Order: sequence, then C-alpha cells, then structure tokens
Amino acid sequence: MTLSIVSGETLAQRLQDAVPNSVVGWDDAAVWVEPSSLGSVASVLHDDAEIDFKYLNSVSAIDFVEHFELVYHLTSIAKRQTGVVRSRVYGREEPTAASVVGVWKGADFQEREIWDLMGVRFTGHPNMKRIMLWEGFEGHPLRKDFL
Amino acid sequence: MTIRTEPMTVNVGPQHPSTHGVFRVRITFDGEDIVEVEPVLGYLHRGSEKLAEERNYVQVVTLTDRLDYTSSMINNQAYCLAVEQLLGIEPPTRGKYLRTLTAELQRIASHLIAVGFFVQELGAFGTPLMYTFRSRERILDLFEMLCGARITVSYMRPGGVFADTPPDFWPALDQFLADFEGELEELENLLLGNEILMVRTRGVSPLPADVAINCSVSGPVLRASGVSWDWRKIAPYDAYDQVEFDVPVGENGDNYDRFWVRMQEVHQSLRIVRQCVAQIEPGPVRLELPLVLRAAPGAEAYGRVEASKGELGFFLVSDGGVAPYRCKIRSPSLINLTITEHLLLGWKLADMIVSLGSVDINMGEVDR
Repeated sequence: MTLSIVSGETLAQRLQDAVPNSVVGWDDAAVWVEPSSLGSVASVLHDDAEIDFKYLNSVSAIDFVEHFELVYHLTSIAKRQTGVVRSRVYGREEPTAASVVGVWKGADFQEREIWDLMGVRFTGHPNMKRIMLWEGFEGHPLRKDFL
Repeated sequence: MTIRTEPMTVNVGPQHPSTHGVFRVRITFDGEDIVEVEPVLGYLHRGSEKLAEERNYVQVVTLTDRLDYTSSMINNQAYCLAVEQLLGIEPPTRGKYLRTLTAELQRIASHLIAVGFFVQELGAFGTPLMYTFRSRERILDLFEMLCGARITVSYMRPGGVFADTPPDFWPALDQFLADFEGELEELENLLLGNEILMVRTRGVSPLPADVAINCSVSGPVLRASGVSWDWRKIAPYDAYDQVEFDVPVGENGDNYDRFWVRMQEVHQSLRIVRQCVAQIEPGPVRLELPLVLRAAPGAEAYGRVEASKGELGFFLVSDGGVAPYRCKIRSPSLINLTITEHLLLGWKLADMIVSLGSVDINMGEVDR
C-alpha cells in the first residue's frame, strides 16, 4: 500500500518524445515545462499507461517576482504514485498559461482562483473569471507587489 | 397537449439556512427540474493565504483553525506536518499519538455535524440533529480540557502538540467512549434503515468513480463512489501506521452512500481512538524548538492529511525568512464543489439541498 514518486527525469523522458519542445528542465522531484504546452502535457500524462496521472491533487501558483511558478501535484490512483509538474510564466502585465481543465475538470476552480488572486490567465478555460473577489476588483492580492 | 413552461432562475443563498454557510448557487429551473447550475463563491473570503505570509510559522496555526471550523484539529495537523516536512523534523511519539487521537475525535465530531444536517435537510427537524450535537458537545468538552478552546483549538504545534493532557482527561475520554457507544447505536437505529431516508436518497445524484476522479473529488465523497483512497492508509502520517482500521467504500456514489460512508467512518475513528488510548505511553509531547522557526531558503513542502472532508494539503515555500513565502491551501471543500453541476443537473428542486448537504462543504474552507 505504499506510495511511490515518479521522478522528474522519468516524466521528462516521456514528455520529450510525446510533446516536442515542451520540457525546459527537471530535477529529482519535478519536471519544468513550457506554460503554453501545459494542455498537451496534461493529456499525455493523463493517458500514458505507465504514468497514469488521472487525479490532479492541486494547482498552486507562487510569485517569485521575476516569474510566476505554477505547480501541479498529480497522483495515479491505480498505480499508487505521485509526481509534480511545474511551469515558469514570465511577465507581469499579462502572464498566460494553457489551461488543463479539458483534461482534469478538478482544475476548474483552482485556475480561476489563480487568475483571481495571482493574475495568471489560463487560455482555453471555459469560464475564466474571478472566483473569490468580484469582477471590477483592481489587482491580484496574492502578488508580492500588492499593497 | 403539452404545457409550455418558462425557465426560471433562482438564487439560493448566500443567506440560505441550508447551504452550510454563505454559499450561493444560481439555479435555473424548468418547472421543478434543474437545467442550469452556477456556484458563486467568495462571501467568506478572508485571504488566509495572504495573511499566512505576514505571520511566523507558529502563528499561522491559529489561521488554520478558521478554515474548516468543524475540524480545526485536522487543519492544525495538516499545517504542522507541512512545517515539519519543511524543517525536516519529527515530533516525539507521544505527540504523534495525541495528534492522531484528537484528529480522530475531531473527525467523529465533523461527521456527526455532516450527518445531522444531512438528515435535517431531508425534513427530520430537530431530533437526529440534536442527537448528533449531544455527542459532539462531549467531544468539544474534551478539547476544552486539552487546550481551553472548543472550536478554534490551535492545539497542535510544529514539532508536537501544545501541552500534555491534564490528568482528568483520560477518565473523561473513557466515559465518553463508553457513553458514545450507546448514543451511536441509537442514532443508527433511527437512521440507517429508515424508510423515508432510503427512498429520498438512494439512487439520487449518483457520482460515477471516473467523474469523481476527474473532478479531483476526495474524502468520503470519493470513497462513496467506490474508490478506496484514504491518505491515512496510502501515506500514513503521525501514528496512523501503528493502528488498524478499515476504509469503508460505497457502491453507487449516491446520496445514501455518501451518508453511509460517513456513518461507517465514525466507527473506524472510534477504533483508532481506542487503539491510541491503549498504545500511548508517557513521554515528551513536543520538540524543543526556537520560538521563531526558520526554514532553509528555497525549501518546499506539501503536507497533506485525510481531513474529514477530503484531502487537505498545505503547500509551503520558504525564502529563509520567519514567515512562509507562500502558503497554498488545497482545501477539499472547494474542490469537491466542482461536482455541484454534475450532482444537480436533471434532478428536482426537492433533491437539491439534500445533494448539496451530502457533499458536506464548509464555507470557511471553500473561501479561505
């Protein structure tokens, strides 16, 4: 009943063949991918028989000031393994990444929350509007330069 | 002859008594049938994640109480596990057992609320809810003995728990365990085979396993759909690797199964509490740590527990300072709401509140 961890290297190897030019780098814990390729990366990891990431635990966004970092914690319930996919989004005016809602419906509210509080827009999301704050609120409060 | 009906949009909440807090959902009805659903959130948004960036690692514990205020012990536990992972420390054995014990008592209290309100929403006004609240009060009394607070406990700390138990705690716990046996039986006799409850909930709003997984649903809702997935079993934390318990799993994922899984989990939690009482030994309850903790710059940790409502995760990022650089809260209630549309579409007005109640959301955790 133990849980194993899929290393960033394994994920990178799978992705390099399936989605050309998507992988930026990797370490033991995670693989970094291009924000614009997140949608296709998601469907590869979801459908791959060995990796089988059918379950998306959480989507987090971190403001490192010089870039935003998106972190996807993933789990395979059948294979009992977890993995992490990360993506760096540059620019503060209109940072955008591809949505993964088409693959994991569970990302719906979390991507809206990231847009609302962190200001990273997801292209391909069916309902990209604020979730916690009201439309018309100025700024994105979880950014480090807010306040 | 067919009668033409106009669709009508109704706002349920945010002040509706049956939406478990300030949850609002816009529903379009065609006659009595639900044709469109849109959850509207944010009425209890306090910015907990931002507030956590302004407080040191120990002070953030008080913020976690106010997330899901019906299971504050488990919130404390999830956060403390994340901080311990960040610092690379482990609490002493007695501390681990006390955490497991209080977390399971809290799970019982939380499930009692869920079950009580679920039945209340079916129209059983008062009686079953008062039965469940009677038992829950006793658990809150136990918490008061431990830390002086009933709801916002802040009992756990990174590296253990705040203080050891007072001497009169153990007799009081034994008395509660003895009494609760009968109270639970009484409640089950009243509810489990109840014909009205079965007719109203069986086969209503079923959730297939693949939809549940795709929507990142967790906790009793996921297990009711037949997926045996419990973080206490998959990746045991604290003392869960020392105790035996089963993971109850439903079949159809309908409203009845979600209710049934919670009732069974109360039994399993009782089992765990009893084993903790039998196994716990004297010793230190908390590591000697500086008052202000600092993690290495760039350190990250994702601490997760099986909370009463599902997978509760804290994703902490450190920049070497006294406060977390980023504290993301993966709240089960928010993500479990993803299935609202799936549960309600095509069902009737009368099933709506019951189906929402069967998911057991807590707005303090949804909006944070």
